[in-house]
Order: sequence, then C-alpha cells, then structure tokens
Amino acid sequence: MPEAATMSRPAPSGTAAPLLAIDGLEAWYGESHVLHGMSFHVNPGEVVTLLGRNGAGKTTTMKSIIGIMGRRRGSVRYDGVETIAMASRNIARLGIGYVPEERGIFSSLSVSENLTLPPQVKPGGLSVEQIHELFPNLKERAGSQGTKLSGGEQQMLAIGRILRTGAKLLLLDEPTEGLAPVIVQQIGRTIGRLKSQGFTIVLVEQNFRFAQTVADRHYVVEQGRVVDMIPNSDLDANIDKLHGYLGV
Amino acid sequence: MFTVFGVPSPALFGQLLLGLINGSFYAILSLGLAVIFGLLNIINFTHGALYMMGAFVAWMLLNYAGIGYWWALGLAPIIVGVFGVVLEKVLIARLYKLDHLYGLLLTFGLALIIQGIFRNQYGVSGLPYAIPPELAGGQRIAIGSTPIMFLPNYRGWVIVASAVVCFATWFVIEKTKLGSYLRAATENPTLVQAFGVNVPLMITLTYGFGVALAGFAGVLAAPIYSVNPNMGGDIIIVVFAVVVIGGMGSILGAILTGFGLGLVEGLTKVFYPEASATVIFVIMVLVLLVKPAGLFGRSA
Ligand SMILES: Nc1ncnc2c1ncn2[C@@H]1O[C@H](COP(=O)(O)OP(=O)(O)OP(=O)(O)O)[C@@H](O)[C@H]1O
Ligand SMILES: [Mg+2]
Repeated sequence: MPEAATMSRPAPSGTAAPLLAIDGLEAWYGESHVLHGMSFHVNPGEVVTLLGRNGAGKTTTMKSIIGIMGRRRGSVRYDGVETIAMASRNIARLGIGYVPEERGIFSSLSVSENLTLPPQVKPGGLSVEQIHELFPNLKERAGSQGTKLSGGEQQMLAIGRILRTGAKLLLLDEPTEGLAPVIVQQIGRTIGRLKSQGFTIVLVEQNFRFAQTVADRHYVVEQGRVVDMIPNSDLDANIDKLHGYLGV
Repeated sequence: MFTVFGVPSPALFGQLLLGLINGSFYAILSLGLAVIFGLLNIINFTHGALYMMGAFVAWMLLNYAGIGYWWALGLAPIIVGVFGVVLEKVLIARLYKLDHLYGLLLTFGLALIIQGIFRNQYGVSGLPYAIPPELAGGQRIAIGSTPIMFLPNYRGWVIVASAVVCFATWFVIEKTKLGSYLRAATENPTLVQAFGVNVPLMITLTYGFGVALAGFAGVLAAPIYSVNPNMGGDIIIVVFAVVVIGGMGSILGAILTGFGLGLVEGLTKVFYPEASATVIFVIMVLVLLVKPAGLFGRSA
C-alpha cells in the first residue's frame, strides 16, 4: 500500500528505542478495511493514549497489537520483535497484557479464577496479595461469579489479572467507560501507580480530561490513521483543535 | 414380593435397573458430546461410531492380543482418544472458521465411514464379549425376607464406574485450574488465546478426551450388548435427544439428564411399555417448547 509507506516515520531521535513501534499497520474485518496505515510508538515506561471518535479504529489497533485481528499487515514491533505474523498467544508471551473494551470477565469462573487465569508469561508479575492490595474489592468478592461484580469491579478484575502475568506492556481499552467518577479516579490512581512501577501503558480513551491526568502523550486517531500527536504538556494549548478532532 | 400400582416389585426394580444402566451410557456419552460442543462448537456425530470402536478395540485386544477386560478399560479409551486427536488435527480443525453445518456433515460422514469399515470387516451379527470373571454372578437383594430384585454384579459395576467417571470429569472441569481454562476457552477462546494460552492444543486434547469417554463407554457396554458395528448408531440418536434436553454444553446437565432419562425410560417400560421407545423424544419436544436452551442450558 503506497499510503502505508508515506505514513511511516522514524522513531524520534534522542529517546531510547521504543518498546512498541507500529508502522503502516492495516487491518480488516472481512472485506471491510478499517486501519489504513497506523503508525506510532511507545517508549518504555510511558503512558500513551489513543484518542478518537467512535469507530476511529482504536479498539481495532489494540486487537491488532495483541494479534487477534484475523487480517492485518504492516509492522508491529515489540521490544525489537516483529509480531505482525505471530499468533496472539505468542505475542502475549512476549510480555503484553490485554484488557479488552468489553472487559472479558468469564461468567463461568469465580473472581479468583478469573484473576489467576492468565498464565505467567514473564517473571516479575505482581502477587495476588499485591493485586488485592491495589483492588481490595477483589479480595472481598473472591468467591463470587466473575460477572456478578459491578462494572467498576469487573474493570479492576480485568486490569488486575494481567498484572500477575509479568507483562510489561499493558493495553487498556477504555477502562473508564461507563464507570462512576469515584471509580474512574481509582483507576486513574492505579494507572499512576503502575506507571511509577515501570509499566508501559497504551490507553484508549474517549474522555481526554481523564487521559490528561495519567498520560505522557496523546495520539489522535481518525479513520484508521494517527493524524496528530500531542504531548500532555501541550494539551491545554491544543484544546480547541482536540475538540475538533473528537467532535465534542 | 410386593407390588407397586399392581406391578410386582422384581419387575419394577428390574426395569429401573435397566433404565439406570442405559442412563449410565447416556450420561457418559452426552457428557463427552457436551464437553466437545462447549469448546469446539461442533455436534460430534462420530460419537456413536467411536463408542462402538471402543467396544471393538476391547474385543480385538482380547482376541488378537490376549489382553483382558481390565487392561482394555484403560487402553481402549486411550486408543480411541488418540484416533480422535488425529481426526481433529487432520480434518475437523479445518472447519472451525466455517458454519456449524460443515462440522456436522463431516463428523456424520466420518461416522458412516467408521461404521462401514467395521461392518465390512466383522459383519452385523455381533461378537460376544464375556463378563470378566471377577464380576460374574449377582446379588439377591431383599429387605428382611421380601425379595426386591436380582442385581447382576457386572451391571452394578457399570453404574458405579459411570457415576465415578462422570463425577471425576465434572470435578476436573468445574473445580480445578485445568477446568477453569476449559470453561474460559468455552466462553471466549480468542481472549484466552490472547493471554498466551495454546487454545488450539486445548481444543485437540478436549476432543480426544471427549471421544475417549465414548471409548470407555464402549468397553463398559461390550459385555452387556454384543459388540456390533451398529451399536453406536442405535444409541447415539437417543443421546442427542438427551443432550438437547439437558442443554447443549452443560456438563452437569448432561450427566443428570443422562441418568434421569434412563430411569424415566425404565419406568415407562413398566407402566406404559408402548411409549418406552418414544418417551425421551416426547420429553425433548416438551422441553424445547418450554425451555429452548434445555433444562440446564444457558440461553445464548
Ligand atoms: N467485528 C466487526 N466487524 C466489522 N466491522 C467492525 C467490527 N468491529 C468494528 N468494526 C468497524 O471498524 C471500525 C473501527 O472500529 P473500532 O471498534 O476499532 O473503533 P473504536 O475507535 O474503538 O470506537 P469506539 O470508540 O466506539 O470503541 C468501525 O467503523 C466499526 O464499525
Ligand atoms: Mg473501541
């Protein structure tokens, strides 16, 4: 694809090699072409958001990174390894943890079974105790059916379970969607803590006010492409532009 | 002797016992179908043929290799399971991206081929397989001096062995770590795979395990029914009805419905023999009208 070539850009100079580098990524649902040359990168220890309107392709980008989009093309490099042709289980085993937009809590599993389901892929994951300390509700409700939890608790479970695995890159698809403000704040604090512990995070958000509180940089996605990058420090200065992008 | 609604007790309990025996086979076979359906989303029409194959493998082990019942009880399910693994890897795995109907047609065709091969080789008159000497004979069961029934030892063993295998399978699936992978992959295989689990391998092994259960049932059946290429085709239609009544994919539902419907069938033989061949299908129709997802099924 010619447009893929024009969209590719080198990693910015002056930084360490990016942990995640995406270049000319395209993806399809059946015949429908959804990503048209996504390119962006995430440095180790960064929290980066993908902002964009409904249907812009943010979820599809996450699915492509973790390898569950059937048809994808271009380049996704994690820690120097090209993953575009790998099966999703092998991509996960490189150290990537995925929280899907619909949370993906298993109803036939208890809370604690949900929490311990994802296998350890790398050393250095959090222990169950540490996760319980982060999300005390999960400890109280360990024996409940996973889907009996409230929306916020399910989100905590979805995040908590990938912290055990030793994954270093976390893909969080709209973790605050539909949640009460106090829960959103709790998730925000959690993301901050995870960042301070050295996790690298890609965060999909519709709510840029929330994104502003946790992220280092923001990529704006429109129609399957990255159309802009805004450092968090410049967000306020670019607020009108952003309103335009997001249509709010 | 006493009577219940005019039926002498030995006749009543005799039929209930027969019902429970049939129910044991329904339970193991529908359990295997439920496990396979849950994860693979295919209705495994080869199940009856592989049950038959289990009985034949036991017969062959005895007649060609001098290996007796107890060894066959362990070996035949393994052989049938490995055969299933090969079927899954070579043929069935190619169909997961297509409509369910293709899986159904493929497994149905395979069942016909497997049955045809055995029919060609061994005819349809049935081969005898002796009850192991340890389980010959039976017990006269009585309360005080009132005879209740005669319980052949082998039949008692079939009921106990099936119940144990069903319980063990239920326990592993519902209560262990291994089972949690199976349950999760049944709900959302893509996500389980995205956590780094080798789901295709799980699917292959699950299919192998499901058909190994059928092979096990076949060995249990060999001394009761004669070893016959048609034995699978005869029972599997009823087992499909059992699975539909219990609810596709429900483990506990398959087990309880299997035993329960065996009993219902036995009771019908006592009180209204004309309906005994159809009672399960009548129940199936009623259940489908009232609870389309089955007694234990979660509606999709
Ligand atoms: N399963 C699917 N089959 C076909 N098309 C799909 C599917 N999922 C998403 N799409 C389409 O792909 C495009 C991108 O969708 P995607 O879910 O990636 O958007 P998004 O940016 O995550 O949106 P949202 O903010 O609503 O979550 C949309 O046009 C959507 O309609
Ligand atoms: Mg989305």
